[in-house]
Amino acid sequence: MERMVEILKKKFGDCIGKSSDAIPRQLHIQITKDVVVKISRFLVESLEMRFLFLFASDDRKESHCFHLRYVFSIHHLDQFIVLCAPVREEDVTFPSLTPFLPRANWQEREVQDLFGLVAQGHPDPRGLILHEDWPKDIYPFRKDFVQSGKIPRQKGEYIFEKVEGEGVFEIPVGPVHAGIIEPGHFRFSVAGESILKLEIRHFYTHKGTEKLGEGKNPNQLLCLAERISGDNSVSHAAAAAQALETLCGIQIPKRAQCLRVVLLELERIYNHMADIAGVVLDVAFGFGSAQLARSRERAMRLNERLTGSRLLRGMIVFGGVRNDLLDLDMKFLISEIREMKADFDEVIQILWNVSSFMDRVQSTGMIKKEIVETLGGTGPVARASGVDRDLRRDHPYAIYHELLFMVPVFTEGDVESRIKVKMQEVYESFKLIHEAIQGMPEGNTCVAEVATLKPMRSALGYVESPRGECFHWIATDQKGKIARWKIQSPSFSNWPLIEYAVLENIVPDFPVINKSMNLSYSGNDR
Amino acid sequence: MFRLLKKNIKVGRATVRYEPGISKAPEGFLGAPEIDPEKCTGCGLCVKACPTDALIIKDDKAQDKRTFFLSYGDCIFCGFCESACPYQAISFKGKFELAAKSKEDLTFFFPFNFNQCEKDPAFVGQDALPFKRNPDFSQNFSKSDFAEKLSLDEIGSKLKVKIKSLLGRSLHIREVDAGSCNGCEIEAVNLSNPIYDAERFGIHFVASPRHADLLLVTGPVTRQMELALVKTYAATADPKWVVACGSCAINGGIFQTSYAVVGGVDRSVPVDIYIPGCPPRPEAILYGIFLALGKIDSSNCGENQLEKSGVCKRI
Repeated sequence: MERMVEILKKKFGDCIGKSSDAIPRQLHIQITKDVVVKISRFLVESLEMRFLFLFASDDRKESHCFHLRYVFSIHHLDQFIVLCAPVREEDVTFPSLTPFLPRANWQEREVQDLFGLVAQGHPDPRGLILHEDWPKDIYPFRKDFVQSGKIPRQKGEYIFEKVEGEGVFEIPVGPVHAGIIEPGHFRFSVAGESILKLEIRHFYTHKGTEKLGEGKNPNQLLCLAERISGDNSVSHAAAAAQALETLCGIQIPKRAQCLRVVLLELERIYNHMADIAGVVLDVAFGFGSAQLARSRERAMRLNERLTGSRLLRGMIVFGGVRNDLLDLDMKFLISEIREMKADFDEVIQILWNVSSFMDRVQSTGMIKKEIVETLGGTGPVARASGVDRDLRRDHPYAIYHELLFMVPVFTEGDVESRIKVKMQEVYESFKLIHEAIQGMPEGNTCVAEVATLKPMRSALGYVESPRGECFHWIATDQKGKIARWKIQSPSFSNWPLIEYAVLENIVPDFPVINKSMNLSYSGNDR
Repeated sequence: MFRLLKKNIKVGRATVRYEPGISKAPEGFLGAPEIDPEKCTGCGLCVKACPTDALIIKDDKAQDKRTFFLSYGDCIFCGFCESACPYQAISFKGKFELAAKSKEDLTFFFPFNFNQCEKDPAFVGQDALPFKRNPDFSQNFSKSDFAEKLSLDEIGSKLKVKIKSLLGRSLHIREVDAGSCNGCEIEAVNLSNPIYDAERFGIHFVASPRHADLLLVTGPVTRQMELALVKTYAATADPKWVVACGSCAINGGIFQTSYAVVGGVDRSVPVDIYIPGCPPRPEAILYGIFLALGKIDSSNCGENQLEKSGVCKRI
């Protein structure tokens, strides 16, 4: 990694400042803001790195400036690079990456809304996170934002992009939907049945979670992390816990690592079962959806039996796992997953032979590989479009590096291949739980001495959640309190893809496409 | 087709019987925290560990009083209080039928003697505890930004009684997510699965508020969903019930102090029933709905053994 810093210094000279590799596999490099685009272009094009996400923090108290951080990964080296560019209070502009890297689009708009920094050269600078009734000059993520009483609502209107022409009309859907799902707005422009354009307008469930986490103690932060997206409770909590542990340099006991794998895979199983059940329900195949909903309930009851919570909440704590699994529970878990696998297998076999089901899912909601790569898609959605990427394998955490598993990849990119990826992953998860239990050593499930957070540190935690790559970045202030918590949820990366997935499809297929991607609104809006 | 039938016959009936007040949660389910007043010393360690306002201590040194509040309406059922208690006074025994008609019914208080508490080696003074608000039981929907959009029909509430007896066997529900984390949605969806099968009780989820008798609202009501919630409420024909489902929906739960959250459904629209839980398990939601319909004797609701024994009082 030292060589890389040298290469950068040679090429960009004084624009490259201090670098720090205090945290293993996470290299921090200070840069100046005006070369952000040049360096990013160099990293992505010449060094074949992947841009993950960017975010801001308000450090005006310590260093009189805001900081923008750009996170890149080198997947064949298991290494993350964090570029850190200061933005002074007097000049709050920064050059926009979006024209070069379209996946930075929402992220830069988020920085604009929450911090009041201005992305110069952004092709679409409309408001994103805060809706139009939010006052223009109030930026909630700045440290000097104090909420006293209600924030007044102001008048304003969101302008949707228009498609014009003969026979083109708009269908507004949401935020309150017809089914039992979360709120969000979809604006379809259609000609007849087929969709010409879809614009999504989300962030109805924005709860300011990242801001709420500031100043919290580690376990309270994890409680909050579990409630970012209910069905990804373990993933978010594990990613946040990892960030905190990396930040303090804590190595959690091996038994806790094994238990975390078991919990993460249990979560994947019940999520994927629900997703497949949802698609089957949306194509009106009652038998399949009832059977899969039953399997899913069985998985949730297993969660309940093992942890006391149907969503596996309250298990991940700072420094390990709260409750150990007893031998009795382990035996029950092993016998239960064996039966669940046989049961799931039977239903899937039947499903794959029903032509009315296959007709609806094949070649529906195609997403091309190039679109996924350009917009930074992740998880099963990316893997169904031929993007072979999985954090568990590429940047292993917990004990994934010791486990043998396959990462299913399909190339068609339609609803069918997304279901196939999820189906295969369920089988792999069954296997992984088995392996993790078999290799589980005796010992503690939590570090004996729970350390306090170290001051002025920051670290990245990451987990491959059922929906894809989930990153948490946590920084502490001078007193060792949490000063900034950034959540990069897989839904935030994947939502823009749906605008492309539905093109040239018919409106009645939208629910099927939406369900096959199964993105979280709450995880996206935070 | 044959394989399909074969599988159906093999699986058999999946539905689980549910009788309010009698059915127990499956083994392992944590449920709600219960306090053993004989073991509790009022030290305050659990209040320190509690991430929400579910456990509150208010000291009055002059009067030699320490009051300890437990509110199921704010609890996220994380279990940190159980681990924090040095006297094993808090336990989780799988209690889930917690729904109540008012927030008062969800709150219990335990009076202590301040001087006696102070002698406890584990004692934590109020100053050392995180700031917690005073218990608040009001329905503040009249102060909402969109209060003028609410049409509160007096006749509607009188009709409710009649409708209950006439339509008690058929209820149409519109679920509204006002910013939840989707945990409550998972359980609401599960109500329609073969295990819980709410349709057997005549409960049906509908696609439009125009068809609904009852709104099942989840989430802390985010600032950006408030208008949509009020409009949905207005679009529902009178008489109607509103059920606030989950901890966030009751008082804002863990998100209560956020700038982006209104903090509880009853700050935007009138609420009839509160269902605690994070998320409430499907049977707990069913219990709440039955309570709204008057199918359960309301004098029983929120019943607590502690209260029976006279140690703690409901507010």
